[in-house]
Amino acid sequence: MSTTTLRRTPIYESHKRLGAKLVDFHGWELPVQYEGILKEHQAVRQRCGLFDVSHMGQVFVEGKDSLAFLQKVNTNDIGRLVPGKAVYSHLPNGRGGVVDDVIVSCLGPGRYLVVVNAATADKDFAWFQSQAKGMDVRLANESDRYGMIAVQGPKALGLVAADYPAVGGMKRFCALELEVFGRKSFITTTGYTGEDGCEFIVPSDIAGRVWDDLLAKGRSCGTAPCGLGCRDTLRLEAGYLLYGQDIDDEHDSIEAGYGWVVKFEKGDFIGRSGYLEHRDKGVTRRMTGVRLLDKGVPRPGSAVFTGEKKLGTLTSATFSPTLGVGIGMGYMEGAAVPPGTKLSVELYGRRLQAEAVALPFYKKK
Amino acid sequence: MAKPEACRYAKSHEWVCLEGGTAAVGVSDYAQGEMTDVVYVDLPKVGRKVKLGESCGTVESVKAAFEFYSPVSGEVVAVNEALAKDPALVNRSPFVDGWFFKVKPDNPKESESLMDHAAYQEFLKTPAAHGSH
Repeated sequence: MSTTTLRRTPIYESHKRLGAKLVDFHGWELPVQYEGILKEHQAVRQRCGLFDVSHMGQVFVEGKDSLAFLQKVNTNDIGRLVPGKAVYSHLPNGRGGVVDDVIVSCLGPGRYLVVVNAATADKDFAWFQSQAKGMDVRLANESDRYGMIAVQGPKALGLVAADYPAVGGMKRFCALELEVFGRKSFITTTGYTGEDGCEFIVPSDIAGRVWDDLLAKGRSCGTAPCGLGCRDTLRLEAGYLLYGQDIDDEHDSIEAGYGWVVKFEKGDFIGRSGYLEHRDKGVTRRMTGVRLLDKGVPRPGSAVFTGEKKLGTLTSATFSPTLGVGIGMGYMEGAAVPPGTKLSVELYGRRLQAEAVALPFYKKK
Repeated sequence: MAKPEACRYAKSHEWVCLEGGTAAVGVSDYAQGEMTDVVYVDLPKVGRKVKLGESCGTVESVKAAFEFYSPVSGEVVAVNEALAKDPALVNRSPFVDGWFFKVKPDNPKESESLMDHAAYQEFLKTPAAHGSH
């Protein structure tokens, strides 16, 4: 047993009151489930779910060179962001891999918010500092000052718009600076579930209050508190990458099937030449979706075969509550594996029948 | 069917309940809670000889897979077919509708080596209870 003290989010007391099952997630004590992964998954697909994602980090970027800096460290084109818009992007490491995947919001001229993953927040900030040398950029890692709550599902924006009418008219990937309980906060129409919704970024000391308030008001439309368990099933169905598992310092965006986040026409950025080579000469491994035909639940690390030849291993895999079958994705070596290709997945020494499928597994109707 | 108070328990959280010459087996309420939502249960076939402590099945939940160790030695005489259609019975009703299989025990006294209900409740309070499942 580990004796390290786990970090708690500002919403911890609410999780305890709700009877959440808490687990160690990269050093954070977070709910894996409240009532059950399947129920929570369904709540998000059909109604609305609340997620405490306060472990995620917030880095604010300001200064005359803030855009030039963000263009340098991102694959996506931050220059296209006008105030109030957000974009999903990768931070290339210049060695054929990715430092992190992030969401960059433009708050105003020369003011940006970068939301980073929990496990990589310190690494990202150190990377930003090293890349900002000689530039007129102020970087502030304010991860400890903010709590973050994701409100996700077909009813999510309606629930939030009741108290924050401006949110009702927001399209996907927009960012709003506003006051929540009289405190400077942000709402972005982003998420990690494949449904519509938004994410609150609020000062830590009001995060618990915002959570309790959203849950109380959301109960009438079937809003459920949701844990990391369904966060993983939802994001995998939606084909979203989990940094450190599906993409990392050794795998780049194009191999991961995320070539659309790499914008060559914007000019130079870290790792551009490597990406160009991958674009023009092709890649030797690529992220591939796999669906089981036999009963069983594939797990990360399960080997994938065509006939007797091993093609690769699954980096993410689980039971898909929406499809009712085991699903996974992972890097397959060699030529692209077309959807429909018969495969097998090794699980506990047995080979289960499977087939390649196009990603994502699930698309919102 | 099985009353939790009348069952014997293995340290790996399986229960066995002797009733009229056959022994029903399943997993405890604590175990189903730890497993989270069960989505498949792979059971031994009727006619298979199982031994106390032998791995003879797999429970797959959304979260992970769990080995099922038989809490009794004998021949499998029935399996709970309902679990194939509705594996969540294990979560909803671990002692009644969520039973796994029935065994004709080699030795009805064998289960006395396992914990009774009171001893199992005490066991659940110890750190040793929370490693395997």
